[in-house]
Amino acid sequence: MMVRRNDGGSGAAVAIKAAREVSTAVRIEGLSVHYGQTPALEDVNLTVVDGEYLGIIGPNGGGKSTLLKAILGLVPPTNGSVTIYGKNPKKSKSAIGYVPQFAMLDKKFPITVLEVVLTGRMQPGLTPFMSFSKEDRQIAYQLLERVGVARLAGRQIAELSGGEFQKMLIARALAVNPRLMLLDEPTASVDPSSRQQIYDLLAELNQEMTIILVTHDLMAISAQVRSLACLNGRLVYHGEPELNENVANSLYGCPVDLIAHGVPHRVLKEHDGGGHGCECDGRVAGDGEGGAEN
Amino acid sequence: MIGAIIDYQFMQNAFFACILASIVCGIIGVIIVEKKLVMMSGGIAHTSYGGVGLGYLLGFEPIIGAFIFAIAAALGIGYIKRKGGVRSDVLIGLFWSLGMALGILFVALMPGYPPDLSSYLFGNILAVTKANLRLMLILSGIVVFVIVALFNDWKAYLFDEEFASIVGIKTTFLEYLLLVLIAMTVVVLIRVAGIILVLALLTAPAATSEILTTNLKRRMIYSVILGNIYCLAGLWLSYELNIASGAAIVILSVVCYLLFYAVHSIAGKARSRKLAACHEESHKCG
Repeated sequence: MMVRRNDGGSGAAVAIKAAREVSTAVRIEGLSVHYGQTPALEDVNLTVVDGEYLGIIGPNGGGKSTLLKAILGLVPPTNGSVTIYGKNPKKSKSAIGYVPQFAMLDKKFPITVLEVVLTGRMQPGLTPFMSFSKEDRQIAYQLLERVGVARLAGRQIAELSGGEFQKMLIARALAVNPRLMLLDEPTASVDPSSRQQIYDLLAELNQEMTIILVTHDLMAISAQVRSLACLNGRLVYHGEPELNENVANSLYGCPVDLIAHGVPHRVLKEHDGGGHGCECDGRVAGDGEGGAEN
Repeated sequence: MIGAIIDYQFMQNAFFACILASIVCGIIGVIIVEKKLVMMSGGIAHTSYGGVGLGYLLGFEPIIGAFIFAIAAALGIGYIKRKGGVRSDVLIGLFWSLGMALGILFVALMPGYPPDLSSYLFGNILAVTKANLRLMLILSGIVVFVIVALFNDWKAYLFDEEFASIVGIKTTFLEYLLLVLIAMTVVVLIRVAGIILVLALLTAPAATSEILTTNLKRRMIYSVILGNIYCLAGLWLSYELNIASGAAIVILSVVCYLLFYAVHSIAGKARSRKLAACHEESHKCG
């Protein structure tokens, strides 16, 4: 490759590079993460463009949550690199909103719904004698209105249903004012109507920000996301949200029947051979998580 | 007892020691119960016994030794736990025994008759000196100031450490700071309840206030009030009946907790039965 000495030329090159950096939300190159001796992720390459709605599926232990944590800078990569909008994850924390797994949180902790959302408005570092401004409270309340649980603002979190809790967590993530949202199974332990509300909300948010959604819910994959990544230690597939049988086989290790009950969208394209007969019990149901655990 | 408090210096010291101990154990107790650090606190407390022994051996104030050992244990356990690879309960167990063993060793190495260490093990509030009281006052002041000043940061950290760190709160620093505060609290409590009995003072008021309220700040305040009641009532019992103060305070606080718990669960059952009955009726009506 030629090195140009011309100033104008290099300026243009910088501009092109800058434009490309802006349009790339997440760039993951050769990422491996090990917990002690156990590999969780191996050699993952993934680029998420700005404005994308990416769904990540894969079996339990396939490294989905680990990938999110690597993007957040919470787990150090063993190899490879992650950049968020062209920056190191540690330096771009305020660009990311995160909805952690429901099961990881203490539902009995003495805190109100509004207070939880307010933690998203906290200043970085430590601020002695900090109190939230009126503006912070207003923003938090408006976010609760947006996700549809404003009437619960003063409630203790212990009194919330699964769906209400998840919506509160989404409001908290939004309080950071992110360009990129990471959600780890936001519809786990959520009733069907709340689930639909959450997906509608995410589709709406996708107008303004990039979304990466980890899920077991294949209905979401077929009906919601705009691109799909499949993780099973490695990145098995990345592309259109339509799974073919080869991908499914390398994901779950055995042929799975990917046709969900009562869902208008097929995840798997109809195959030529006709019948859906499958020797394996592994059945990925569209009605909730847990179906993929075999 | 009130007459004795006015008349005797040692009773005044005991009285103030009770109040200081209740304040710190109320505030830190709520945090360690919430963050599941009760055994960690036990480990820190027992490790400090090594410092008491070292103080006797080298001839400095044993409580200072306890303070140094407690801080070292807190930072040591915190550091190794953070580096990973070791389960924290194993680590706590090892520090726990090592501290006690060192204490025994140091005292055995002392020339002459061994001192009576039971006041450090089981607490003797009537033996609190002016110097002890001064140290307790400084440590309690630091603990209260740090918790109050960073209250919102603590709340975010306690509820969801991961999210707090994403927002940019210095969670690693807070974790170490919390361990150091626990170490300070333990030292404040040693003279009142003793190394072995410290855990009851840290947990009983906090666990009782957990039954009473679901607001973190109020939980701390109730816990401080309950701690004061337990400590002063225990002091009175120990003065009137001439029994060890640490034992009196611990027995009283645990019995009170169990009473609160029993009343609460009976009341809860009655309430849910009533609710169920109402539901049934409304179904019948419908």
